[in-house]
Amino acid sequence: MTEASTGALYDPHARVHLGVFYTGVGPQLLWNDPSAADHVAIGTFVEVARLLERGLFDAFFLGEGLRVRENRGRVHDQDVAGRPDAITQLSALAAVTERIGLVATQNATYNFPADLARRLASLDLLSDGRAGWNIVTTDNAWTGANFRHGGWLAHERRYDRAGQFVDAVTALWDAWEPDAVVATGEAKSWARPGSIGEVARSTDLVDLRAVPTVPASRQGRPVLFQAGDSDGGRELAASRADVVFSANTPYDKAVAYAADLRARLARYGRSADSLRILPGASVVLGDTPDEAVERARWVREEQMSAPRAITFFEQYWGTDLSGYDPQGPLPDIDPVEGELDPSRGTIPIERRTGKLALIARWREQSEQRGLSMLELARQVAPGHPAFVGTPSQVADEWVRYVRTRAVDGFNITPYLIPSALEDIVDKLVPELQERGAYRTAYEGETLREHLDLPPLNP
Amino acid sequence: MSESRLPTAVELDGDGAHPAAWRYSGRAPGAVLTAGALREGVAAAEAAGFTLATFDDAPVPPSTGVNAAGRLEAGARAAFAATITERIGLAPTLHVTTTEPFHLATQLASLDHAGRGRAAWLVGAANDPESLATIGASPLAPEELRREVRDVVDAARLLWDSWEDGAVIKDAATGRFLDADRVHHVDFAGARFTVKGPLITPRPPQGQVVVLAPAALELGARADIALVGGHDTAALGERAAEARETGTPLAFAEIEVLLGGTDASAAGRAARLEESAAWPDTGRFRYVGSAGGFARLLRSLAGIVDGVRLHPAVLAADLPLLAEHVLPALDAAGLHRPPATGATLRDALGLPRPANRFTAAS
Repeated sequence: MTEASTGALYDPHARVHLGVFYTGVGPQLLWNDPSAADHVAIGTFVEVARLLERGLFDAFFLGEGLRVRENRGRVHDQDVAGRPDAITQLSALAAVTERIGLVATQNATYNFPADLARRLASLDLLSDGRAGWNIVTTDNAWTGANFRHGGWLAHERRYDRAGQFVDAVTALWDAWEPDAVVATGEAKSWARPGSIGEVARSTDLVDLRAVPTVPASRQGRPVLFQAGDSDGGRELAASRADVVFSANTPYDKAVAYAADLRARLARYGRSADSLRILPGASVVLGDTPDEAVERARWVREEQMSAPRAITFFEQYWGTDLSGYDPQGPLPDIDPVEGELDPSRGTIPIERRTGKLALIARWREQSEQRGLSMLELARQVAPGHPAFVGTPSQVADEWVRYVRTRAVDGFNITPYLIPSALEDIVDKLVPELQERGAYRTAYEGETLREHLDLPPLNP
Repeated sequence: MSESRLPTAVELDGDGAHPAAWRYSGRAPGAVLTAGALREGVAAAEAAGFTLATFDDAPVPPSTGVNAAGRLEAGARAAFAATITERIGLAPTLHVTTTEPFHLATQLASLDHAGRGRAAWLVGAANDPESLATIGASPLAPEELRREVRDVVDAARLLWDSWEDGAVIKDAATGRFLDADRVHHVDFAGARFTVKGPLITPRPPQGQVVVLAPAALELGARADIALVGGHDTAALGERAAEARETGTPLAFAEIEVLLGGTDASAAGRAARLEESAAWPDTGRFRYVGSAGGFARLLRSLAGIVDGVRLHPAVLAADLPLLAEHVLPALDAAGLHRPPATGATLRDALGLPRPANRFTAAS
């Protein structure tokens, strides 16, 4: 810490940028609490977006659904499921918000570039420069079963496609010259002749020819977010993104990730300041340290209930474990290898390999410590909150992160809508402001301005 | 609540149906691409009492000549309108040929949720080389196109039913958020694509989003409303009857309208527009004349068609005249009433909320 505090990468004026990543589905969202809002109602989204504006957040992110998650061939029934299309929902929110950035997660595999470019550009104009695109990729045929292209793209080529896709999209966004539209109805034509270009691409991964119908917004184009952590994902971020939505939240990992990214940026001739790093963060607050720890324990128990523990292990065993007692030991049977289809949507990708070794490790762990299935699941399943404490404690921690340039802020994944976010807005944000590490009013109007990103090159 | 006898839709795209409308919008030509213009247009249409607003669209510019070359995507426009309106139906044109059917169905279901049951889909079937080139494809042969349109509508309708009503149970006792028996794979197999399902979005509030389609697409019972053209009322009536015979519940007349206080003033406006650009014949009925005469025309159409979709020549000029003189006249004649706040578009149209085919099957 001392090294970092005195080194070149210490910025005493650094400020925390905050976003909320609302997946709308998944195991981290509590539905079984009386305060949980209706997860599909437009009113919930409006309320959250306005809450975040009150908290001076940079952005409200929506996740993307391409296929409803399943467990052993059936729709997974224990988690919140069912959500709106991101761009549709954000367009609806653009009409009733004024400052908050509106970021849509959209796939570069199962979309058509010109169609997606047009939809995002429309959101950007309707929000007057507040749109963002969180670029993700998908490779598997299971997800592809909902789309024209099926599982057409090999895993190792998904970032080749994404790079070409993003380049085509940004070319479409850049095809109108500034002031292409004339000033009055008396002019000879609506647009100055030759002021709107055509974009054509013809490779095996991206094939299109289009004249875009949407000009640049006030921020130039939607802000580009990148969310994958693989080497290909990091290259995409370093070469093209404005913001990374990183998975490297623990401090040491965040520092290493920032260093890696800065080195990559330099290779693309980009300054360190041209990319914001916002790792995902789950936050559990309490008025006292004990209360926060107790609340985090409650959240964890709610997120990993007994039925969910059975389902969690079914994903690894690949077979029905409903006959096993969640309070008892791990199943003594071997996993069903054939049914552990790695392209099923329910298992995080890093866990799809080495599952036999993983199961052996779990057996050892539970035997040594006498853990039941439920206790083990609560320990080993992902989703532990990254930040647990009082607002003051979490603010201190976050200030350290940003001043040592490990991150530029956080993208918060809430566990309960809207109350968990109300606590952050009403209790944590004032602590950050007191430390001079958070804005006290919106200073800009576009998402690009909120993020303190340099203007785009003309 | 009883439905209107002549429900009235209005097309809100751009500055109006006439190619030169942008010259008479009363604002800078580029303003048509702003949130403010959209806000004003939908607010005016809702205040006038229209049943439904439609948003035309295409994957390519509206004009490649001297007229407007810019347009925002229709689904985004309709969604933007959803949270600033309370009564009017919202129908974006989405094209089956240049989109992913799964995304299209999701977008429309989401629009219905955002609009609390006021979404409709105007089925587009762009098949020109320029439109298809935007996805790196070529135009379909007529039979292929016919099949594709049907496949995408069928897939969307299946997907809208893939979540049964009440599938979200939030049963604390068993730890189940939803009832997996009420969320279904659709396993749709079309000629050119397949969709596994279910939709990522729960069933739309209306059960099924209202489907409007040009009668020429011959969607029969797949559509809720057929849009029929014709140059005189007899032709409109014949085509409406034909559409209903194929199983489409409602047939709306497509009417382009340019109004004035008198026939002469309307003719003068038309002549001025014509100096800037010709108004090509699109096969729709066209009315140029006094607002009073137009109200009489519409009254005469009640009983011949089930509703009308109006294409104002210049929104800035014709929408206020429709609001001030035409819709009140229909109201006074008992033919039209503004949709009620809180009612769905199906309610306003007198269309029942369809049973879910998966529920019906089980």
